[in-house]
Amino acid sequence: MEDKTPFINVLISLGDDHLILGHRLSEWCGHAPMLEEDLSMPNMALDLLGQARNLYGYAVELEAKGRTEDDVAFLRSDREYKNILMVERPNGDFAHTILRQFYFAAYMKLFWESVLKNGDGRLQEFAAKASKELAYHIRHCGEWVVRLGDGTEESAARMKAAVDALHPYTNELFDVTPDFQHCIDGGLLPEPATLRADWDASVEQVFQQAFLSVPEVPFPQTGGRTGHHTEAFGHLLSELQYMQRAYPGLTW
Amino acid sequence: MSIETTPLWEVFIRSRNGLNHKHVGSLHAADSNLAVQSARDVYTRREEGNSIWVVRSDQIIASDPDRSGENFEPAADKIYRHPSFYDIPDDVGHM
Amino acid sequence: MYSQGLIGADDKPVEDDAFIAAFQARIDAEEKIEPNDPMPEAYRKTLVRQIGQHAHSEIVGMLPEGNWITRAPTLRRKLALLAKVQDEGGHGLYLYSAAETLGVSREQMTEELLSGKAKYSSIFNYPTPTWADIGAIGWLVDGAAIMNQVPLCRCSFGPYARAMVRVCREESFHQRQGYELMMALAEGSDKQREMAQDALNRWWWPSLMMFGPHDSDSTNSDQSMQWKIKRFTNDELRQKFVDATVVQAEKIGLTIPDPDLKWNPEKNDGEGGYDFGPIDWDEFWRVVKGGGPMNRDRIAARKKAWDEGAWVREAANAFAEKQAQRADAATVAAE
Repeated sequence: MEDKTPFINVLISLGDDHLILGHRLSEWCGHAPMLEEDLSMPNMALDLLGQARNLYGYAVELEAKGRTEDDVAFLRSDREYKNILMVERPNGDFAHTILRQFYFAAYMKLFWESVLKNGDGRLQEFAAKASKELAYHIRHCGEWVVRLGDGTEESAARMKAAVDALHPYTNELFDVTPDFQHCIDGGLLPEPATLRADWDASVEQVFQQAFLSVPEVPFPQTGGRTGHHTEAFGHLLSELQYMQRAYPGLTW
Repeated sequence: MSIETTPLWEVFIRSRNGLNHKHVGSLHAADSNLAVQSARDVYTRREEGNSIWVVRSDQIIASDPDRSGENFEPAADKIYRHPSFYDIPDDVGHM
Repeated sequence: MYSQGLIGADDKPVEDDAFIAAFQARIDAEEKIEPNDPMPEAYRKTLVRQIGQHAHSEIVGMLPEGNWITRAPTLRRKLALLAKVQDEGGHGLYLYSAAETLGVSREQMTEELLSGKAKYSSIFNYPTPTWADIGAIGWLVDGAAIMNQVPLCRCSFGPYARAMVRVCREESFHQRQGYELMMALAEGSDKQREMAQDALNRWWWPSLMMFGPHDSDSTNSDQSMQWKIKRFTNDELRQKFVDATVVQAEKIGLTIPDPDLKWNPEKNDGEGGYDFGPIDWDEFWRVVKGGGPMNRDRIAARKKAWDEGAWVREAANAFAEKQAQRADAATVAAE
């Protein structure tokens, strides 16, 4: 039988992207700039966390070693999380959070649509729902990028600062690990490089309206896919894992 | 004290095709796109609908409550507008 | 809501005896009062204060539970808690909307909350140091809130009643979520049981205080009952809550921290109910007046979110303004 390990690893790394970004977004709940956004941001976070559960659930099912979604989500060491660095960045201001969400959603929507055309059958079930959820994230966050970019002098400056800070992390969206390549070769997953032009175009479209330009990125920031995280990540894990680490082996 | 305010919008949701849009509440948004999106996030979290209308609250023209009498009471005694006003033998059947 | 322009634009009604009597007759006939209807100024003011406080309570109430969103022990619990805290934001929003029909703006109410002029439920001035507090809040605090809120669905003011119908429908999962969480702890390890009992010990008395002072000491109660804003007195609701909750605690093997708690078959017109010990009203007033453990932190957190969000709100308004100007310019150009 074919070795499923590479596919399981990729499922977990995608699950990590969704868990960590959902976790970051959830930090806003109760602290948003306006009450309406106190509802919008948790909606997006709930979508992401729901997808994380799907991905982890599928991974542990394939793995068939008795691990649960929570074992994967809460009980690994930092090196074992394989999320891209962008999603673990501290939230920063509203401009940073919204832009990061936009970048991620714009990529994942293309990813899922590509899975729908040609990919693993079970993933196609997740993809149908996820691509709709992400279409909304793109629209909502895109509207905000435009408003902040074309709002006041202060908001434009903050929006630009967010682009400068986060754009270097976007290359990692397209990184292909050996496990990922294995899945591409097996027809389970799309090749990220083929999504690049469309992703660039959706970013460009919003940036144009927002009076933003895509910066040159001489030094892309990558490392999450191989488990090499930023300083912020350990702190995130110390919150995320607090209960499971302080009271091991219990049912909640 | 002057406080910068964001416009108020009334939200109407159609719970499913075949029904009217119904007023469900209001929210604040700077413009119509954000208003529709916020309406989606605030008022349809539990599959409450499939279509949203938003209308700026200050654009709604309401009838004057002081004129409720002249507006609505004249309809009260026009009982001949209702089917029960007309006597027809039972054996004619449903009409 | 509806035409804001009408509110306050008309001449204020003269509140003579005939006016007051006619208004009371409508209330007694169980007619709903709608925003543009003539109403006594005191009725309007009472509602603005009460709905505003209620809205603030929902918003401040997001903080103690929000404290645990990032530390929830499982993915399932994390989703449930996030959805619940989000709901509370929604409930605050519905309630602000209801108050706004009376001609007061959300911004104005927010300023009053942040300046300390407006009050909110003092229960949220207690801290949530442990995960069990999330269970206790859902079970006890939401339980007490539901006791208060269900009768408000029949309140005489239409927009408030409608908002409460929506809130009650959505809150039905909140208390179950909390009780289920407590149940898991109570059925768990010794440490978990201790954690659950400790949370019950800390939240029990403040939950009883949520219903407000005894009827004999409550200043606004009589008038609110007469206007059918309130349907039951503070003590009636508190008794209902105690009677419902004692059984729930027994079911999961937790002990209500009240040595005076005793079944009394005479109570509730012979149907029976629980006698309970004296409430520490000094503590209640201390917390109401700002001396609770978290009063300052709660307001500081709300103020921080509001202040740090100012540039976002300004940007949205500025963009809308620009768009309107561009649309005007385009119209002119087309002519």
